[in-house]
Amino acid sequence: MTMNILVVDDEADIQPLFRQRFRREIKSGEVTLHFALSGEEAVAYLESGASEVVLILSDVNMPGMSGLELLQHIRESHGSAPPFVMMITAYSDERNYRQSMQLGANDFLTKPLDFRLLKEKLKDLDAHG
Amino acid sequence: MIIEPLFALLLVDYLRKKVDPRQADYDIRGYLLKGRYVAIGLLILDVVTNSFIIDVGIRACVVALMWLIYTRKELGVGKSLMYSIIPYMVLSFAGDLVEEVAADFYDSYEYVFESANLFGVLWFGAMWFVNRSQRKALERERIKREAEETRVRVMAELKVNLEAEVAQRTAELRQQKEELEEALEELKHTQAQLIHSEKMASLGELTAGIAHEIQNPLNFVNNFSEVSIELLDELKTGPLAQLPEDAADEVEELIGDLTQNLEKITLHGKRADGIVKSMLQHSRSSTGEKTEIDINALADEYIRLSYHGLRAKDKSFNASMETDFATDLRRIAVVPQDLGRVLLNLFNNAFYSVSEKKKNNAPEGYEPLVAVATRNVQLPDGREGVQITIRDNGTGIPKAIIDKVYQPFFTTKPTGQGTGLGLSMSYDIIHKVHGGEMRIDTEEGQYAAFTITIPA
Repeated sequence: MTMNILVVDDEADIQPLFRQRFRREIKSGEVTLHFALSGEEAVAYLESGASEVVLILSDVNMPGMSGLELLQHIRESHGSAPPFVMMITAYSDERNYRQSMQLGANDFLTKPLDFRLLKEKLKDLDAHG
Repeated sequence: MIIEPLFALLLVDYLRKKVDPRQADYDIRGYLLKGRYVAIGLLILDVVTNSFIIDVGIRACVVALMWLIYTRKELGVGKSLMYSIIPYMVLSFAGDLVEEVAADFYDSYEYVFESANLFGVLWFGAMWFVNRSQRKALERERIKREAEETRVRVMAELKVNLEAEVAQRTAELRQQKEELEEALEELKHTQAQLIHSEKMASLGELTAGIAHEIQNPLNFVNNFSEVSIELLDELKTGPLAQLPEDAADEVEELIGDLTQNLEKITLHGKRADGIVKSMLQHSRSSTGEKTEIDINALADEYIRLSYHGLRAKDKSFNASMETDFATDLRRIAVVPQDLGRVLLNLFNNAFYSVSEKKKNNAPEGYEPLVAVATRNVQLPDGREGVQITIRDNGTGIPKAIIDKVYQPFFTTKPTGQGTGLGLSMSYDIIHKVHGGEMRIDTEEGQYAAFTITIPA
C-alpha cells in the first residue's frame, strides 16, 4: 500500500529535492508525494479529498497561513483518522518547537532536513501506524 | 629765699611722670618719691631759714640731682629740663655770692642781678614751654607711628590669614578638579564600553540575520549535492551497465569526477553550515534556565574537556594545567551550558595559543601553561560576584587587534580553523545573559588573561 505524503513548503525547490530523495520509494510505489506551496493550498487539497493523506510534513515559517495555523486547522477539522503531522522547524527554534508541541504535532524535523532520519521515521510509521 | 628747691621738685615730679621704670634694675619710682619728699623738705627748709650756707647746701643738693640726671641713663628723659635750669642756677648763685661777698656792689647793681634772676626764670619757663611742645610733637609722632605699626601688623595678620585662606581654597579647587577629572575619565570609560557593547549588539543582530538568510539556500545546496551523489550512484549501477564497454569507461570516468565535485560541494556546504550554526547559536535568545551551580566544578570540567579535546586532535600537543579555586566560592545563578561554552572557548583559545607558541618561536625551556582561578569579588557598584580568570603564557594578543577580538568573524587562526565567533559569542553570553563583564589583560608574546566577572 502506498503512503500518501503531503509536503507543505513555500520553497518550490523542495519538490525536486523530495522527488529525487524518494526516487526509489516513488518508483516502487511505497510512497506518493503531494506538494502544497502554502498552508491555504494544503487545506484546499485536504478538503478536496483527492487522496487519503497519512502524513503531512509542514514548514513552520510560510507567508500567509503559517505551518502552526495549518496544524491547528487540521487538528480542529479532522475528526476520524487524523493524519500524522511532522513540523519542520528551523534550527534551535525553541519557541516554534514548543508551540507545535502544544498544538498537537506528532513529530519534528529540523532544517537542514536529514532524509536518512526522515526515511527511518517513515519506516516506523509504516510499521506501527 | 631761693627757688631752686621748687625747680628740684618740678624736676623730680617730671621724672616721676616720664621715667620708664623698666630701664632701671632698682626701684626708681621709690627713689623718686623719696626725692620728692627731700625736695619738699628743702623747700620748707628754704622758706623757714635765710642763711647763705644753707642756701649753698640746698643748691648743692639740687646740683647733685642735676648731676644724677646728667650721668644716669635711666634719668635721661629729664636732661633737657635740667639744662634749662642751669642759666638760672648759675646766675642766682653768682648773685647770692656777690651779695654775700660785696653787699655794697650788690646793692648798687641789685636791679642787674634781679634782672638776671628773672631772665633765668624766664629762660626756664621758655625752655619748659618749648620742651613741652617738642615733647607733645614727639608724642604725637610716636602715637602716629604706633598706629601705623598697629595697622601694618594688622595688615600683615590679614595677609597671612588671606594667604592661608587662598591656599585652602586652592587645595579645595584642586581636589575638585581631580575629582572631576576622575569622573570624566570614568564617564569616558563607560561611554567607550557602551559604544562597544552597542556595536557588539548590532553586530550580533546582523550576524543572526545573515545566518537566517543563508541557512535556507545553504540547505538546498547541501541536500541537492547529496541527492545528486545518490543519483549518480544509481546511474552507475543501473543504466551504465547496459552501455558498450568503450563508452562505459568514459562515462564512468565522468561520473567519478562529478561525484568527486559533488562531494566537495557537500564538504564545503557542511563547513558553511557549521559557521551558520555557530552564528545562530551566537544570536539565539538564551532559553537555558539559570541555576545556582558550583563554578569551580564547571571550570574544572571544561578545562579538562578542552585539554583532552585538543589532545585527541593532536597527539604531540601538551601543556600544563593549573587550577586555583577559591574553596569558599559563592554559588551563583548562571546558565550552565552557556557559561560552559564561554569557558570552553576561552580554554580552547588558551591551549591553542600555548601550542602555537611552542610550535613557532618559543624560548628555550618554554613550558606551556594554562591556569584558571576563581575568586569571590565585590563589584564596583557594591554587588557581590564571582570572578574567573583564565590565563595562558602563550602568544598573547597584539595591541593592534585587541579592540577587534570580540567582533564576530574576527580570527587569527588559519582559514577554516576558526569561525571568529567564539569570543564574540562569549562576550554576548557574559554581558547579555549574565549581566557580567569580560576583561583582557595581555602582553604580546608573553601572556593573555581573560577575566570574567559575574554578579551574584
